[in-house]
Amino acid sequence: MSTDVENASVMSPHDAGPAEVIEAPRTTRRIGKRSRTNFEMYSWLFMRMSGLLLVILVLGHLLIMNVLDGGVNRLNFGFVAGRWASPFWQIWDLLQLVLAELHGTNGMRTIINDYSKNDVTRFWLKMLLYLSAGIVLGLGTLVIFSFNPNIGD
Amino acid sequence: MSIAEAPPAEPESQARPQSAPPQERMITLKIRRFNPEHDTDPHWESYPVPFDPSDRLLDALNYVKWNLDGSLTFRRSCAHGICGSDAMRINGVNRLACKVLVKGLGDTILIEPIKGLPVEKDLIVNMEPFFEAYRAVQPYLISHGHEPTKERLQSATERARFDDTTKCILCAACTTSCPVFWNDGSYFGPAAIVNAHRFIFDSRDEGAEERMEVLNDREGVWRCRTTFNCTDACPRGIEVTKAIAEVKRALLFRRF
Repeated sequence: MSTDVENASVMSPHDAGPAEVIEAPRTTRRIGKRSRTNFEMYSWLFMRMSGLLLVILVLGHLLIMNVLDGGVNRLNFGFVAGRWASPFWQIWDLLQLVLAELHGTNGMRTIINDYSKNDVTRFWLKMLLYLSAGIVLGLGTLVIFSFNPNIGD
Repeated sequence: MSIAEAPPAEPESQARPQSAPPQERMITLKIRRFNPEHDTDPHWESYPVPFDPSDRLLDALNYVKWNLDGSLTFRRSCAHGICGSDAMRINGVNRLACKVLVKGLGDTILIEPIKGLPVEKDLIVNMEPFFEAYRAVQPYLISHGHEPTKERLQSATERARFDDTTKCILCAACTTSCPVFWNDGSYFGPAAIVNAHRFIFDSRDEGAEERMEVLNDREGVWRCRTTFNCTDACPRGIEVTKAIAEVKRALLFRRF
């Protein structure tokens, strides 16, 4: 170590000379810069509400598909075609698709926000996430509404 | 030990020759140390310390500093759980060294600086990001209009509304136990929210709207994942997660 006591506090670990004054690694840089929207609140609320609805929708779905009236053994193309002939089940499945996908996407969004340390990584991870959510939502909706029960004819 | 107290100890050691006298029991402190002038990375160092069943961890740390290694650096001031200087990570959980007893912590006690704030030396961290978040919620009475000519009165019920959050000593044990804060230091953290809660629910205060605006933001209460680490860490027994939930509820229903 240097014997220069006055400079001791600003010496770098390897005695390469006085270290530059660097910003603290965890400066709370976003404090004071406010978005003034309620987005985070609505996103938080959405997670609770969609979660509650999904409990009913998914448990109902599982019960119908796997337990009631012969359960999983009766599932075939005809069974699915029969259900999707009714707008009720179309809406049920659409709700299930949209709520589950958005619930999952929002959960992943918060995880990415919590864990990615680099702004660029965070941005691209979220873009990838939104892209995948868009594809799943688009394809799922397309299948529910354009399903053709006579496809084999 | 004073001379007056010495004689009564004799018969007891004769009666139980098998067990060693209390002051000779040993414990190992394994401390995460970092000296910015020599080290590039923190490292662990172990110190054997004799202890008495009534010793607090701060006594053991003082023993190390005064008798074994004077270079060990840590903050402490009042040593009675009020000043909030000596919050540290003890066996993986945040506690005040002056409030936790050495007995019951095991034979080897792991001691680290609180997590999520830059370490300056050994157990001392830079508290500035923590206080920056604290200042951002404007932790002081805000009132508009003329100053009253007498005290600002409030009922016992109104006072009880925010009693829990008045206990905060700003030791940072809660904020640095929060996994969201560990990963992204821009989250306001439990302590700032607790101190906002203290004024938001104070009937004499008129600044709730401004504070709520701050906490409604991206880095505010909605980042709380309800892991209860903060409630568990608080040396003052504040129900931190509950306070955060109350702020969330107030934001949702705009009732404050």
